[in-house]
Amino acid sequence: MTPILEIRGLQASVEDMPILKGVDLSVNPGEVHAIMGPNGSGKSTLASILAGREDYEIDGGTVHYRGDDLLEMDVDERAREGVFLAFQYPVELPGVSMMNFLKQAVNSVREHRGQEPLGAAALLRLAKEKAALIELNPSLKQRSVNQGFSGGEKKRNEIFQLAMLEPAMAILDETDSGLDIDALRSVAHGVNQLRNPDRGFLIITHYQRLLNYIVPDFVHVMVDGQIVQSAGKELALELEKRGYDWVYDHISA
Amino acid sequence: MNTDTQYLHQVAESDYEHGWSTDIASDTIPKGLNEEVIRLISAKKQDPDWMLESRLRAFRHWKTLASDTDKYPRWAHLDYPEINFQDISYYSAPGSKPRYESLDEVDPELLQTFEALGIPLEEQKVLAGVAVDAVVDSVSVATTFKEELAKLGIIFCSFTEAIENHGDLVRKYMGSVVPHTDNFYAALNAAVFSDGSFCYIPPGVRCPMELSTYFRINQAGTGQFERTLIVAEEGSYVSYLEGCTAPRRDENQLHAAVVEIIAHKDAEVKYSTIQNWYPGNAEGKGGVFNFVTKRGICEGTGSKISWTQLETGSAITWKYPSVILKGDHSIGEFYSVAFTKGRQQADTGTKMLHLGRNTSSTIISKGISAGQSNNSYRGLVRINKRAENARNFAQCDSMLLGDRCGAHTFPYLEIHNPTAQVEHEATTSKVGEDQMFYCQQRGISEQDAIKLLVSGFCQEILTKLPMEFAVEARKLLAIELEGSVG
Repeated sequence: MTPILEIRGLQASVEDMPILKGVDLSVNPGEVHAIMGPNGSGKSTLASILAGREDYEIDGGTVHYRGDDLLEMDVDERAREGVFLAFQYPVELPGVSMMNFLKQAVNSVREHRGQEPLGAAALLRLAKEKAALIELNPSLKQRSVNQGFSGGEKKRNEIFQLAMLEPAMAILDETDSGLDIDALRSVAHGVNQLRNPDRGFLIITHYQRLLNYIVPDFVHVMVDGQIVQSAGKELALELEKRGYDWVYDHISA
Repeated sequence: MNTDTQYLHQVAESDYEHGWSTDIASDTIPKGLNEEVIRLISAKKQDPDWMLESRLRAFRHWKTLASDTDKYPRWAHLDYPEINFQDISYYSAPGSKPRYESLDEVDPELLQTFEALGIPLEEQKVLAGVAVDAVVDSVSVATTFKEELAKLGIIFCSFTEAIENHGDLVRKYMGSVVPHTDNFYAALNAAVFSDGSFCYIPPGVRCPMELSTYFRINQAGTGQFERTLIVAEEGSYVSYLEGCTAPRRDENQLHAAVVEIIAHKDAEVKYSTIQNWYPGNAEGKGGVFNFVTKRGICEGTGSKISWTQLETGSAITWKYPSVILKGDHSIGEFYSVAFTKGRQQADTGTKMLHLGRNTSSTIISKGISAGQSNNSYRGLVRINKRAENARNFAQCDSMLLGDRCGAHTFPYLEIHNPTAQVEHEATTSKVGEDQMFYCQQRGISEQDAIKLLVSGFCQEILTKLPMEFAVEARKLLAIELEGSVG
C-alpha cells in the first residue's frame, strides 16, 4: 500500500536556524496520527511546510504525497490534490462571503478532479449538510470568512471546510488551542465524523486532552525538530502523566 | 521577488480590454480655442442667444485663468505634463445627421460598438428596464424609454434637446451648483460643452427605472466636455447611472465634465458611476485626463444626495463628487472605489459642506493601488457656523497590491460649530500574505485569491450600486485584476 504521506529525513530552517532536523513519518490511508511535543519543537513548522508556506528553507529530505513529490507542488496545487491544513490561527477575510469563498474553493478542487463545478443551489445543499455534520452555526455561512467569529467558531469553520473539500490528507494544527471543553468536544466530534478508510489525519497538539476525543492510531513525540518516540494511543496518556521532562530524560538515557 | 509580487506586476501591466475605435464618419472642428471656436460650437449646436452669451462669459473667465499658468490647478497629488489647450479639438459629432428618431437609423457600426462593450441597447430596453441616453462623443444618437417617462412628467433627454425644449429650466438651474467661476475646468466646460444629459423629476414622482447614460470618447484628439443636470422636485426620487469606457488612443485625451444635481425638499437623488476611460499603456503613454466637477445641492429640508462611484480608468483622475447640505435634515453620501494600476494617478474624494441644521454626511472611500500607480483620497468636511448638530462619518481605506505603488489620504476638516460630531477613520493595508496563503491552501489560485480579496475589500461599496450595475462593476474589477489573461 502506498502511504498517503511519506516524510523522510526532512530538514528545514528559518534564516539559517535549523528547525526540523530529520523527520520521518508515514501516514497510511485510514490512519490518524498525532504529533505531540513541547512548544518550539517544530510541530507547527512541519504542518506549515506540508501545506506549502514559503517562509522555510528545505535543507534535506523528501516528502511524498501519494507517491508524488509534495515539495515540488504549489500551495494551491497541494490543496487541489487533497492536502488540507486546518489553521491554528484562521485568517479573517473581510467582505469575502463564506459562500463565495467555499464556491471558489470547492469548484477549484472539483475542477482538478475532473468533476463538474457545483452550482449555487447544489453548493448550498452541500454546505447545509456538512454544517449539520459538524454542528456549525448555520448563520456563520452568511458572514464574511472568519470575520467576527469566536475562537471556537473559527476552529469549527476549519473543520467545516475540511468536510466541504474532502481531502485525502488532513493536517490539524493545534486545532484544540484556545478552545473550552464544549467547543473541543464538538470540534472532535466533527473530526470523528470525517474519519474514513481512505483519509489520513495528522493531528498536531500540545495537550493530550484532544486525544481523549479523537483517538489516534499512532502518537509521535517531537522534540527539538525530531520525532523521538512513536507508539500507540497509550503514549499520549503516559505523556500527560509524566510531562515532557520524562521524554527529555528518556532521550538522554 | 515572490510569486505574488510577480503576479501583481503582471496585473499592473495588463492591457486595456476595451481598446478600439469605431470608424464613424465624424464632424470634427479644427484644433484650437478662441471666441470664434465658441461661436462655431454654439452655431453647430443651434444655441439660443442666451446660451451663446453664457458660453462667452465662461470663456472670457477661463481665458483670464489660462493666461496665467500660475492659476492652473496644481494642488492635487498628480504629476502630468502641461496641457496645451490650443492643441485640442473642442467639438466632434458622430455622422452628419444630428439626431435619430429610432434605433434603425443609427449607424450599425455604432450599435456594434455598444454590443462589444456588453451593453446592447436593444437588450437593455427589454431586459433591464433601463432607459439609455447614449452619448458617443458629443451628440446623443439614441434615446429610449422617453415616452414612458414622459407619461410621468419626467424629462430625460440630451442637454441639447433640453436647451431647445426646456430652456427655462436649463437657464434656471445650469451653473447654479457649479458656476463657471468655480474652477478652471468648470469654466472650460461651461464655454465649450457640446452635449450631455438632462433629467427633471416632477414633484412627488418616483422614477420607476434607473436612468443611465453611457459616455464614450471616440474621436482622436477630441476633448469630451459633457454636462449633466439633474433636478429633483419636492418629494421625488431618481436613481441615475453613468458608465463609461473609451477606446485606445495614443495621445492624451482631455475630459472635463460637469455634473450638477439639485434636490428639493424631501427629494432623493442617487447618482452611480462606473468610470473606465482608457488609462494609457504600461509606460504611462496616452490615456484620458479626467478632470471632473460633480456637485449636488440638498436645497430643501430632508433632501438626500448620494454619490457612488467605481473608478478604474483614466491616466489622470481629478474628481470630487460633493454635496452642499443646505436644507435642514439633509443627507449627503459618498461611496467610492478607486482602482489604479500601471502608471495611473487618481486624486479623488469628496466635499461635504454642512450649512443646514441636523445635516449628516457619510464618506466611505476604498482605494486600491497596483503597479506603479498613485491613489489619493482627498476629502473636505466643512461644518458651517449655523449648522447645528451636524454629523459626519468618514472612513478611508487603502489597499496596496505590490511594492511600487502609493496610497495617500488627505482629509480636511473645518469645524465652525461646536455641536458637530465628526469622525474620521483611515487604514492602509497590503494584501496580506496570510490571507493569500489561506485562500490558496483551499485550492484557490493566486489570481482568483487576489480577485476575491479585492472584491471583498470593496464589497461594502459595490452593494451600494444598483443591482445590474453592481454585476457590471464586479465584472469590470475582475477584468482589471485579471491581467492580460483571457
